[in-house]
Amino acid sequence: MPRARGHVLIAVNDEALLAGARDVAAALAERLADAGLAEEFRVIETGDVGIAGRGVVLVIYPDGVRYGRVAVADVAEIVSEHLLKGRPVERLRLGPAPTRPTGLVRRQARIVLENCGRIDPESLDEAIASGAYEAIAKLLETQAQPADVVAEVKRSGLRGRGGAGFPTGLKWSFTGPGDVKYIVCNADEGEPGTFKDRLILEGDPHRLLEGMMIAGYAVGASKGYVYVRGEYGLSIRRLQQAIDAARGAGLLGEHVLESPFAFDVEIKQGAGAYVCGEETSLIESIEGKRGYPRIKPPYPGAVGLWGRPTVVNNVETLANVPPIVLRGAAWFRGFGTEGSPGTKVYTILGHVRNPGLIEVEMGTPLRTILEEYGGGVRDGKRFKAALLGGAAGAIVGEAGLDVPMDFDGPKEFAAVLGSGAILVLDEDASIVELLHSILRFFRHESCGQCAPCRGGTAALVEISERIRSGSGTPSDLERLVSVAAAMQGASLCPLGQSPILPIRTALGVFREEFSARIASPSAAVR
Amino acid sequence: MKELLGKYPASKEYLLDILHEVQNAEPRHYLTRDALCAVAHHVNVPLSEVVSTATFYSMYSLAPRGRHIVRICESPPCQLVGADTLVDLLCAELGVAVGQTTEDGAFTLETTSCLGVCGVAPAMMIDEELYGNLTKEKILGALADVRRRDAAS
Repeated sequence: MPRARGHVLIAVNDEALLAGARDVAAALAERLADAGLAEEFRVIETGDVGIAGRGVVLVIYPDGVRYGRVAVADVAEIVSEHLLKGRPVERLRLGPAPTRPTGLVRRQARIVLENCGRIDPESLDEAIASGAYEAIAKLLETQAQPADVVAEVKRSGLRGRGGAGFPTGLKWSFTGPGDVKYIVCNADEGEPGTFKDRLILEGDPHRLLEGMMIAGYAVGASKGYVYVRGEYGLSIRRLQQAIDAARGAGLLGEHVLESPFAFDVEIKQGAGAYVCGEETSLIESIEGKRGYPRIKPPYPGAVGLWGRPTVVNNVETLANVPPIVLRGAAWFRGFGTEGSPGTKVYTILGHVRNPGLIEVEMGTPLRTILEEYGGGVRDGKRFKAALLGGAAGAIVGEAGLDVPMDFDGPKEFAAVLGSGAILVLDEDASIVELLHSILRFFRHESCGQCAPCRGGTAALVEISERIRSGSGTPSDLERLVSVAAAMQGASLCPLGQSPILPIRTALGVFREEFSARIASPSAAVR
Repeated sequence: MKELLGKYPASKEYLLDILHEVQNAEPRHYLTRDALCAVAHHVNVPLSEVVSTATFYSMYSLAPRGRHIVRICESPPCQLVGADTLVDLLCAELGVAVGQTTEDGAFTLETTSCLGVCGVAPAMMIDEELYGNLTKEKILGALADVRRRDAAS
């Protein structure tokens, strides 16, 4: 095949597909053929290029020009003007990032997403050309000691990217003895506003598979499951395609890369239950049961899937593992902070100019993320608050803007960093309404197994409804806190223990807004 | 049905996958009693256990639904940009409350938690298709498209 002179990357995630990415890709192929450029420019369908809310996005290499909201009707112009004559189509260009020397994507420290948006996620060859499966190959070739792999991950300081930030190497070292063990990847990404794991699955599925293989090698497991939300149709299809390709190439199976190491991966799809993001509920769900959380201890490391020792890790956590093994713990520690090395993937949403997916070093303050990557608050409005980490998250005001975001920051931040959702609210947004929406979410998602959560989530909505409709009393604010605190102490799993955080942080920063709603019913909107 | 079940080993491990596939094969998108019995028989567990699992998850239904399922996201990121009014609009346009099916059996209106496409909030799904950056016009247009496609087929 002749070497291509340039590449046209087209983002093919759910958002782009609904904006017509398939039609644009087809038109592009047709126009390139018409212009005699089919050999010179390769069209690569890729996962995500870190830009959300801009319809069909194209990135042209080598010049790095990015186009947004591309329609079929625009394709002819892009081909004839830009690709043929070298004159970018200004009206479609996404700015200002590409024209600044410090562009949006370039300033990000990419570890997890280094291949997302750069390779065709449906091509095993491209993944391998970008370094996929090098780390597992190295381990197998050098016959590395599994304990050394665990020690290296421990040394790297990698902490779980699903929620609370538990040290990954330590978790692996807690895996009990036995002939049969499992690696479970938690891809049940249900925290509202979070879709980082979806984009990793869709953008670089082989990275995840390799991370699971290394985890399996390190703890002595030969079977892995990826539990994906039932709503994530594209993720499931892409991952299955990647698994099939890896099996076909001898990367998964009885003899990984012709070695004695056996490892295979199966997808399990969820069916709409937020609580299944909790690791023991997820295990129950894989077993074909209601997703009721188990009482801990014993932890899954000792008694997990079908009673066997099981490691449960989040997608982003596992995606960090191959580069750590390949480049070493010291390299990984070159990113982020002492206590939280590496990077963090965030989704920044709500009232921001450039919503989307970003990866930055741990410890980057919210202000930097908001202003430099999110492009600031949209429509020239002022920042009011941000909900960090989804429903089970913390609401921060202006004072939170300059706190470094890592696991060692304020406790509020630590608990919610994992899911990576940053929902930005401008000056016109109502915190009373936001909290109400969060509490309704918990009521809907409470699994009903334990009484404190089942009754408590309903009571919280009732109290909140009184407050927002203007018929609340000042003591209702204390009641929100006391009910949530009781739930925190008495609930079986993190779901019932979560509402206290958004309630306490909302009242901590915006208490006056709640009081005003109580004092003056007319302040109630809607 | 037999063919569908035959693809899966007779193990409870595959229960969720089987229920998904059985429900997708039913034009009214629900799990019939006969189907539940057949599944229970296949994975060799009591019917009560299959029903227990099926009723836990929001994506399964034990009652017939419309030919099309409209799922509008009611998570905070969508609410922040006006999903509430869109729910009202959908209720009015379809003449049903959330959870109900239109009289002609065409649509069931449901709410869903986060669809993971918050970059284009507010968002909804009709069957497998996603719609983002929703406005009144977009919703009405999407419903009209589905109706037109139905009429043509």
